[in-house]
Amino acid sequence: MAVQTKSLSAPKSKTRERLGRSWYKFSRNTMSIVGLGFVLLVTFLAVFAPLVAPYPKHASKFVDFANASTPPGPRYLLGTDVIGRDILSRIFFGFRFSLLMGLVVLALVVPPGVTLGLIAGYYQGTWIDTAIMRITDIFLAVPPLILALSICSVLTPNLFNAMIAVSLMWWPWYTRLVYGLASTLRNEFFVKSAETMGASKFHIIFKEILPNCISPIFTKMSLDMAWVILLGASLSFVGLGVQPPRPGLGTMVAGGSDYLPEQWWISVFPALAIVVVVVGFNLLGDGLRDMFAAEEV
Amino acid sequence: MRSITFIVRRLLHSILVLLGLSILIFVIARVMPGNPARMAVGPRAPQEVIDRMSERMHLHEPIHVQYYYWLRDALQGDLGTSLVTRRPVVEDLKEFFPATLELTLFAGVIMGVGGILLGTVSAQHKDSWIDNALRVVSYLGVVTPSFVFAIFFLLLFGMVLGWMPTTGRLSPDVTSPPTITGLITIDSLLSGNVKAFLDALWHLTLPGVALAMGGLAQESRITRSTMSDNLTKDYIASARSLGIPEGVIMRRFLLKPSLIPTVSILGLDFAGTMGNAFLVELIFNWPGSSRYGIDTMLRKDLNAIVGVVLVLGVVFIIVNILVDIVVSLLDPRIRLSSQGGG
Repeated sequence: MAVQTKSLSAPKSKTRERLGRSWYKFSRNTMSIVGLGFVLLVTFLAVFAPLVAPYPKHASKFVDFANASTPPGPRYLLGTDVIGRDILSRIFFGFRFSLLMGLVVLALVVPPGVTLGLIAGYYQGTWIDTAIMRITDIFLAVPPLILALSICSVLTPNLFNAMIAVSLMWWPWYTRLVYGLASTLRNEFFVKSAETMGASKFHIIFKEILPNCISPIFTKMSLDMAWVILLGASLSFVGLGVQPPRPGLGTMVAGGSDYLPEQWWISVFPALAIVVVVVGFNLLGDGLRDMFAAEEV
Repeated sequence: MRSITFIVRRLLHSILVLLGLSILIFVIARVMPGNPARMAVGPRAPQEVIDRMSERMHLHEPIHVQYYYWLRDALQGDLGTSLVTRRPVVEDLKEFFPATLELTLFAGVIMGVGGILLGTVSAQHKDSWIDNALRVVSYLGVVTPSFVFAIFFLLLFGMVLGWMPTTGRLSPDVTSPPTITGLITIDSLLSGNVKAFLDALWHLTLPGVALAMGGLAQESRITRSTMSDNLTKDYIASARSLGIPEGVIMRRFLLKPSLIPTVSILGLDFAGTMGNAFLVELIFNWPGSSRYGIDTMLRKDLNAIVGVVLVLGVVFIIVNILVDIVVSLLDPRIRLSSQGGG
């Protein structure tokens, strides 16, 4: 792991060589590549949704009763919903909300979660550790979806508040992960020697301990993208996330579930789209974990 | 004796967590925008009614005093009145919660028993086609959200094939057993009504399996990997060299230590199961706390929301205490280490 910090100051060619080696390790597993492919595809479709979607207008308020509930066919590849909007186009735009949800939540959650974990781990055995970790226990004592639902419910239901709600209950997982790492790292020689040299607590926590926690955090983030997106879709499913007419994937599944089984395509395809996103980030996360594990050796 | 101290310590810890949870929920319910008294009496109520209500809800007091009043009432079994049903929240929970409990416990049993069975089969036939097939299936199980399973099951088994019931807990022509525990399967067994028991079980199957899929896959993956790790250990080799039959080695020597991680994860997975039950219940029109919970959430019915979250938190904590006890029975090291003040 120390290699990582050193390489920052090393010449460019070395960095490239290291990246090449990581890529080699990552790419040896076919499933990791499949995962990366899914993630890149979904990201591409989300970013360029207005260009690649066959009917970009169908992503919001749009009504075309003449073509309502059309089954999948050449004109509408995945069919249309009960008011005639193209499901495929709406799924592409739905990816935007999913990715946005994942990115924003992780950006809000990782810094405080990691910092608290580092502090609790470094001060293991003191009251600081007890206070932080007991609060973490409380957040972990309720099913995440339920807590997110109840926080969402007291706010106005929309995408932004869904992000806030999920963030409020997601940080403890990072605290717990980093706590475990930091409480062992604090006894390592490089931390002890930094302490002997009189380095500040800030330096020890963020410059000595944190760089050694990066790969597990990174792996967890990639896996969590999947779970956060899933939680976002679940919130939208019950009506507390993305609000119609905006095309949240969960919102679309819920909207279509009233028309099962005759008009199955309205909810089945958005449901499959959720699975694609979740599988993609999961495989990518597994691949990263294996890659980091191989680098340790 | 040692087990008892372990259990007592664990209980005390849970009470603290529960207290913390109640503070958390209370603060969320009170700090959020909106006047709780106005929400309680409705938007068109005159100011004096609101004032009287906030007097009754102790809203003019500092928040820790409010919490004290709330906790005192809660401990006496009074969680306030629901705005949606206009009934005491506790009454509502008594009516809706047993159905949810029955569904989640059923799913929990499927997760545990099924996961261990499949994992054992996988480990015993490691790298054979059965193992590979099971691994692909469990991967899909882990990554597919339970409401997606619910929709596919409903569509396939309920509607296209028409094999299974898709709504409710009992068929209309079956008389429901007298309410004792509220769990129809148990009530019908207690009253000796086999027909109702089978019918209730039949209704539980689709939503229960849909709910259990994720955990089932997770449990089977974990059982497989611990078992196949343990299979290479020296004590198994020495047991084999002593000529102990393979079946006995599997059951007596291998299964028990291999179950420890599975059971621990089962407790954590139960959180996901209870959350997902909310969604699966909606899809299968299951008359549990989900419809009630969602309705109250959409209408900002704070007393009811606090009640639902608190009850789910309590169940989750109890399940995890049970899990810890089972793990401590399986693994003597945990009992011993809890002695040393750790």
